[in-house]
Amino acid sequence: MILHTVNKSPFQNDSLAGCLRVAKEGSAILFIEDGVYAATKGTAVSASIEEALKTHKVYALTPDLETRGVQDRVIDGVELVDYAGFVNLAAEYSAVQSWL
Amino acid sequence: MADEMMEEGGTIKKFMYLNRKAPYGTVYALESLEVVLIGAAFEQDVSLVFMDDGVYQIKKDQDTAGTEMKNFSKTYRALEMYDVEKLYVEKESMETRGLTEEDFLVDVEVLTSEQIQDLMEDQDVLLSF
Repeated sequence: MILHTVNKSPFQNDSLAGCLRVAKEGSAILFIEDGVYAATKGTAVSASIEEALKTHKVYALTPDLETRGVQDRVIDGVELVDYAGFVNLAAEYSAVQSWL
Repeated sequence: MADEMMEEGGTIKKFMYLNRKAPYGTVYALESLEVVLIGAAFEQDVSLVFMDDGVYQIKKDQDTAGTEMKNFSKTYRALEMYDVEKLYVEKESMETRGLTEEDFLVDVEVLTSEQIQDLMEDQDVLLSF
């Protein structure tokens, strides 16, 4: 299965939307850099992440959440990883698709 | 100060900085802040507007230790020392992101997009970041 990474804000472009359309059930989605805003509660895209959580593993990179001051508002079910965890995910999945 | 400017032949203009980018993914936010601080030396009538992802620039609790990036968020709190006190947030942008006024590290006035329209029309110079 593929690891999808999203590094853009969901309000900046349609990377998240594209990712969610084609990420197969069982694949993983990792939010990094400005992508981490998608993993926060109460936004216009929160419902789509909650939906994705039913069929995908969803991760967010802790240092990027902390840098942006949103570490305390992550959607329930999204798993937090550090840089070592990011490396482990990249190794664990068969390939990485970067949504830019 | 205004009188002094006038004696030197200067006029005070209304400058609006429109900030629309999240703070760390691109360099726009930091560049805007630097231009605002430089511009403050010219004692103009400055307004800062945060809309779209720009509202994230003034989110509380930014901690860059993990990414080792420059945390410039506290600089927004220093703006009032430079007489930059007109800070506005577009309501629609704030709400789309699940944020409230309490989530910001500086005091802001929340304006509707209609109010921003009027504010914008009232300016002499617009700078967009």
